[in-house]
Amino acid sequence: MKRASVIGLPRPIKIINVGILEFAESVKTQDVPVVHVDWRPPAEGDEEILALLDNLL
Amino acid sequence: MITKSVVKKNSYRDSLILMRVSTQLRSISGVANAEVMVATEQNKKTLRSAGLWTDEVEGAGSTDLVIVVKAQTEQVTDEAVHLAEEILAGRESSCDTHELRTVRTLMAAREVQPDSSIAVLSIPGELVKREAMKALDLGLNLLIFSSNVPVEDELEIKETAARKGLLVMGPDCGTAVIDGAALAFANKVRKGRIGLVGASGTGLQEVMSLIHRCGQGITHAIGTGSNDIGPLVGGLTMCEGIRRLEADPETDVIVIVSKPPDPSTADVVLGVAGECKKPVIVNFLGGNRSRVEASRLALAETLEDAALMAVAKVRGEEYSPSLFTQPLSEVVELAASHYRKLSSCQKYIRGLFSGGTFTSEALLILRSLVSPLYSNSRLAGVGDLPDARKSMSHTCVDLGDEEFVLGKPHPMLEPAMRRDRLMQEAQDPEVAVILLDFVLGYGAHADPVGGLLPALQGAIQAASAQGRHIAVVASVCGTDQDPQQRDEQVRKLEDLGAVVMPSNAQAARMAALIATRGAVERIADRGSVA
Repeated sequence: MKRASVIGLPRPIKIINVGILEFAESVKTQDVPVVHVDWRPPAEGDEEILALLDNLL
Repeated sequence: MITKSVVKKNSYRDSLILMRVSTQLRSISGVANAEVMVATEQNKKTLRSAGLWTDEVEGAGSTDLVIVVKAQTEQVTDEAVHLAEEILAGRESSCDTHELRTVRTLMAAREVQPDSSIAVLSIPGELVKREAMKALDLGLNLLIFSSNVPVEDELEIKETAARKGLLVMGPDCGTAVIDGAALAFANKVRKGRIGLVGASGTGLQEVMSLIHRCGQGITHAIGTGSNDIGPLVGGLTMCEGIRRLEADPETDVIVIVSKPPDPSTADVVLGVAGECKKPVIVNFLGGNRSRVEASRLALAETLEDAALMAVAKVRGEEYSPSLFTQPLSEVVELAASHYRKLSSCQKYIRGLFSGGTFTSEALLILRSLVSPLYSNSRLAGVGDLPDARKSMSHTCVDLGDEEFVLGKPHPMLEPAMRRDRLMQEAQDPEVAVILLDFVLGYGAHADPVGGLLPALQGAIQAASAQGRHIAVVASVCGTDQDPQQRDEQVRKLEDLGAVVMPSNAQAARMAALIATRGAVERIADRGSVA
């Protein structure tokens, strides 16, 4: 069954928040489903390995 | 002065948390300056410019946190550094206490919530592309709040998204409302029939708030990010946003809001807008006027006009722009109650704005009403301030400009950042009017007016002690449904004796009415943007 959409985005709107915690909190207070990614930058020197892994996966 | 720095290896906190810790350190007596930042290349440049540069900072990497304090004594620096470490340690498990589903990667987030629609990214700009591409690979639309994303990365992200049929709002997108969900800095607005797309976050906020206060509502406010309308990106998101609103059965009227696009981008955007069957209203903040007129789309002179034109369209009514939404006689009387108290040498307006959009809009209105007029924002007919920290004659200054916020909180997040400038203007015997903007909504300060109130009271009292009345004119961008409660914010200003106007445009006109001692004819003839 085709999922409802709004301006081409699947409805209802559900958010993945990456970075500023307060943005996830304010979305949550609006009763919009949200998952927060407690993001960390990639470790220094691992960029090449990460790029290889990204290509493999 | 003693400068001390500590590097926390492989530590990370989001920029908003770190900004608040930095502000707290700077408020300690004896501390000259302090920053707690992730040691990205951009942030290290900021630290160097702020004179907070040490060998430890130089050696730190983008996975490290640096705490840097410059203070009068070693004891104060140690205390400040220790306080920062305590706060950061206390925040270690803050994510767990909010009943917020929290994971460590995008992939994990998608597994927890497989039908996610939008990934909101607010991470260092130089690291955005990798996460953005991962999100697009997972079929997610994007809102990229981060700034300092290389424009080549932006183009690549948007072209990739276009191939996948996904929407990218941003980078440097501070405002969006999608299907009633206010994202990043946005206002709580009822749902209705008007769709907005814009490259100016504050512009979107003013238009959506005014639509709400007229009793109407919006379907969506699609933010494009400020570089979208530049020559390289060429309006990719703006055009996509217009097309999606045109195809949206819930949207009846489309409003486009932006600082003036690059001319070739303006042509592209107006071309796409011109193909819409729905009415389209365009506000390019005074730019590309002849292009908009040639396109035969509806031209809105101000953000308020854009909102009121859209509301009239939805209601099936005609719209006639007017200078003020209250009866003119009442407005003139209110102005008179202030200018009667001014001394003859008080003649200047000093606009202290928390961002560029309201600064530019005020300048567009004031440049034909008062002269000479200066700013740190570039505009034809307005002089450049040789030193943005010192006003000259009539001045509107954008205190959210990079020069002022480098290493410091943005005035929309920390109202007290306008405090010193407020006092400076109040002590100038030639100042008649201080013009201010306040922006409410999610992400903004919990009490923007309250945060500036002591400074406003101090400024008014300082002038009064020298026998001078200062007229404070303000606008409050927001709705009754915003966390800060607009009515309460307005009341605090009015209790102080400030004049609160319904919009930034009307506030600029009221400032001119007071400064010119009620020259209504001049305002009536030339109060429109030209």
